[in-house]
Amino acid sequence: MKITAAQALVRCLELEKVDIVFGYPGGAMLPVYDALYHSSIKHVLVRHEQGAVHAADGYARATGKVGVCMATSGPGATNLVTGIANAYMDSVPLVVFTGQVPTSQVGTDAFQEVDITGITIPITKHNYLVKDPAALPQIIKNAFHIASTGRPGPVLIDLPKDVAGEMIDFYYPETVRLRGYKPTYRGHHNKIIEAAELINRSQRPVIYAGGGIINSGASEELLELAELISAPVTNTFMGLSSFPGDHPLFLGMLGLHGTRYANLAVTECDLLIALGARFDDRVTGKLAKFAPHAAVIHVDIDPAEIGKNVPVHVPIVGDVKLVLRALLPLLKKTDRSPWLDRIRELRELFPLRYNREDGLKPQYIIEELYRHTGGLATIATDVGQHQMWVAQYYRFKRPRGLISSGGLGTMGFGLPAAVGAQLGLPGQQVILVTGDGSFQMTMQELATVREQDLPIKIFMLNNQSLGMVRQLQEYYCEGRYMAVDFKFHPDFITLARAYDIKGYTIQTEEEARQVIPEVLTEPGPVLVNCLVSPQEKVLPMVPSGCGIDETFES
Amino acid sequence: MRHTLAVLVENNPGVLARVAGLFSRRGYNIDSLAVGRTDNPAISRMTIVVEGDDRVLEQVTKQLHKLIDVIKISDITADEYVDRELVLIKVNAEPEKRGEIMQIADIFRARIVDLGRRTMILECTGNEGKIKAFEESLKPYGIKELVRTGKIAMLRGSRYTNINSNGSKEDD
Ligand SMILES: Cc1ncc(C[n+]2csc(CCOP(=O)(O)OP(=O)(O)O)c2C)c(N)n1
Ligand SMILES: [Mg+2]
Repeated sequence: MKITAAQALVRCLELEKVDIVFGYPGGAMLPVYDALYHSSIKHVLVRHEQGAVHAADGYARATGKVGVCMATSGPGATNLVTGIANAYMDSVPLVVFTGQVPTSQVGTDAFQEVDITGITIPITKHNYLVKDPAALPQIIKNAFHIASTGRPGPVLIDLPKDVAGEMIDFYYPETVRLRGYKPTYRGHHNKIIEAAELINRSQRPVIYAGGGIINSGASEELLELAELISAPVTNTFMGLSSFPGDHPLFLGMLGLHGTRYANLAVTECDLLIALGARFDDRVTGKLAKFAPHAAVIHVDIDPAEIGKNVPVHVPIVGDVKLVLRALLPLLKKTDRSPWLDRIRELRELFPLRYNREDGLKPQYIIEELYRHTGGLATIATDVGQHQMWVAQYYRFKRPRGLISSGGLGTMGFGLPAAVGAQLGLPGQQVILVTGDGSFQMTMQELATVREQDLPIKIFMLNNQSLGMVRQLQEYYCEGRYMAVDFKFHPDFITLARAYDIKGYTIQTEEEARQVIPEVLTEPGPVLVNCLVSPQEKVLPMVPSGCGIDETFES
Repeated sequence: MRHTLAVLVENNPGVLARVAGLFSRRGYNIDSLAVGRTDNPAISRMTIVVEGDDRVLEQVTKQLHKLIDVIKISDITADEYVDRELVLIKVNAEPEKRGEIMQIADIFRARIVDLGRRTMILECTGNEGKIKAFEESLKPYGIKELVRTGKIAMLRGSRYTNINSNGSKEDD
């Protein structure tokens, strides 16, 4: 059967069981959009290409499936760049299509030409410029495979307009052809035995679990491990929601804004079991002071992460779920009550807390959201203080419950990501916790929310400022607040109304208690403008350049 | 310490940009990089000389492995191997100096590949040390231009680095 390469593209997506793509059309994408016209695949028209890629990202994080987005050549493609980098940093599987000028014009600075494969080399797992239309199905097959296996990540396919229009004999290959790509899934047996011996001998183990647990679907194994060996669990930001937030063994997040007891437990432990985490600088603080008494077991699917930042005693390259399954039978149930007593003591000495006096506190709003959703909602966030308060105060009880930009810290991620998440999880509670700064970076997607009729509940913690940067200026610039306080805000309620979205403003605990449960049961989208103090700080905090044992609280 | 890596890559457009970009982006120092296709036209081989301690080398290797187009990497530094570079040097060669220069060429088993009115081009192959010594010997005459290929290397004996061999340790 002869069809155009663009039609083949759409057929491939259908065969990959893609049911939704996020995108924005343009001249170079005419053939592809024309092919989509005849397809059952749902196309979600965003209002800016950044929205398309973040939405695909949010969809992928919420569902575990590959997110797909597309944009036209030139500015369409460059508008995707932030979102691609964002997905790359957080290991999110995406397949991104861009239109390209016709092959004969490539390299001539043609209208809306940009070398998007060149631009995205450092921020994609792999990318392709399609020159031979007949190669497109194999490329798409490879792209989905690369994006979703091993350490997931975005793959970009750049399709020149003329190539898209050429006729090919369509057939979708069943296998990938990639001799340079063979992720290791099963951990090395001897290393697993070594790890088991270390664990069985350890008196003060801590499990440090990252986003790899979520990507490999290893939450059950993690819980089993923790309970079997009586080890407390701390999550990285990306790992949040992989372990029940209300479990007695849960220490919360560690690192820069981690709980003090998590950071101290890591400092005191004799064995650190790192699972799908990468010893990021926000986690470790000063490296020399990170887990100074501990032997380190590091399980990761990406060999390049092992030994990158800290020396490792037992390296295990593999899928964390498979590794844990192999490891669990080798472990002895051990009584570690002295260690657990010590953990309890740390927890009592240094609880996570905030001052509830004077006014509505952002932390309180998060606690209320937790209370009313039982930790089961999907929470998308933006970037800033509000994001850290979600990490600290929302006790996630369901894997993939947190949709947030960790590695890149992209303001503006939240709203479009919530759009993607809600489309991936119809009928489920999706809440966006955003900041007044971040929200204004991509708030045009309110139109998408309305158009798609998505019941997203938006809580904007409005502190009239770029709170996180303000906090840094307070600590590191002696309170010289430069370019962080907003002197003008739109009337957000009127703005919401302009998009036919309901709006509320709250500024007392009383109002929060009343409005939050009401909003959560509304059938449609709602924006809640939560007026909170710009003075509030994210605490505890590890000062820059210090060890994580040097956390301060006020 | 300097390491010599033999890297087999897919002969795709852009593969050089991927590899070179990776080195600059992650702050690794390339001493030399030579690339050309192998007996299999779909596969190219790069010989990369990189400076760094064991930790850096481990990261370089692992990061290279993450590139989908990289098929195989062998660090042959510690093995027995033959390495060669080729250099072309255009040197001032007034008629009265030509005899001397030809003697030098003889010593280094270099060849004269072009003779101009006042210049000569000499071609020399050898390992780095030899090339350096050759260059030094010609300096007094005035080097007008110099171009070198970068090092290529191959394991000695019956061992080999190709996609079927296992860590370049096969057959021995
Ligand atoms: C795109 C982008 N620009 C700048 C920053 C730097 N930055 C980090 S947090 C922050 C403030 C965010 O303000 P807001 O969204 O209001 O959140 P708040 O901290 O006030 O809760 C800024 C400017 C960033 N992370 N992303
Ligand atoms: Mg703010």
